[in-house]
Amino acid sequence: MFEDKQRKLCIICSKGTLDMAYPGLVLANAALMEGIDVTMFFTFWGFDIITEKKMDFLKCTPLANPSMAMPNGMGIPNAMAILPGMTDFATTMMRKEIAKLDFPPVREYLQMIADAGGEMYACKMSMDMMGLTSDDLFSEINAVVGAMEFMEMSEDAQIIFI
Amino acid sequence: MTERVVAGKEIEFDEQGFMANYTEWDKDVAVELASEIGIDPLTDRHWQVIEFCRSDFEAQGDAPTLRRITKVGGVPTKELYQLFPKGPAKKVAYVAGLKKPSGCI
Repeated sequence: MFEDKQRKLCIICSKGTLDMAYPGLVLANAALMEGIDVTMFFTFWGFDIITEKKMDFLKCTPLANPSMAMPNGMGIPNAMAILPGMTDFATTMMRKEIAKLDFPPVREYLQMIADAGGEMYACKMSMDMMGLTSDDLFSEINAVVGAMEFMEMSEDAQIIFI
Repeated sequence: MTERVVAGKEIEFDEQGFMANYTEWDKDVAVELASEIGIDPLTDRHWQVIEFCRSDFEAQGDAPTLRRITKVGGVPTKELYQLFPKGPAKKVAYVAGLKKPSGCI
């Protein structure tokens, strides 16, 4: 149960929607609670999760997402999902559901992971592509690294790509 | 289920290695379980966490999640990982004589 063997997990977050930000955050934190070493790598759209100006405003959209339904179980047809305000509506609903389960917002979640000893890295290529600098990133980010550096860091680790 | 002697008491453990019956627990048991997993000695802050978990378990019927220990029990995440390093969720429950917590946070 409390093995000496040190397990190591790398989680690559490549999506910036609210619904795809949480799986990475939940798994990273769960792994830390279990005593597993965690390295997170944020790339492409996943960069929004750690960008100061965006991290508190991630959204989710019902468009082209047949899994998303209203709380009463009714599906949201694409023809409705394109209407103005539908993305904000779906986002508000999802935020409420997340809060109901007592899962914290993105910023607080990242802070919790950092406090628990999780390491977080930002992808250099994504940063350059989006015209950002490290000043634009959440303060707990350990470093901005390239893909090759990530390969070194993830040696012997199990990798989850989200 | 397995039984073994901890601090001079016959104690039953479940398949996952956690105490099967939390009423068999006492402070001497906690001290020995903690030292088994490398936490020695138990400081006042350790006891604060353990006592919070036990009273919360009595009230809620489930071992509290780490988030609950930080939010309601008032012990910050960083400190919790210092007190029970490498896997605090399981270690806290183990020392407090509770089952493995089922929450995801």
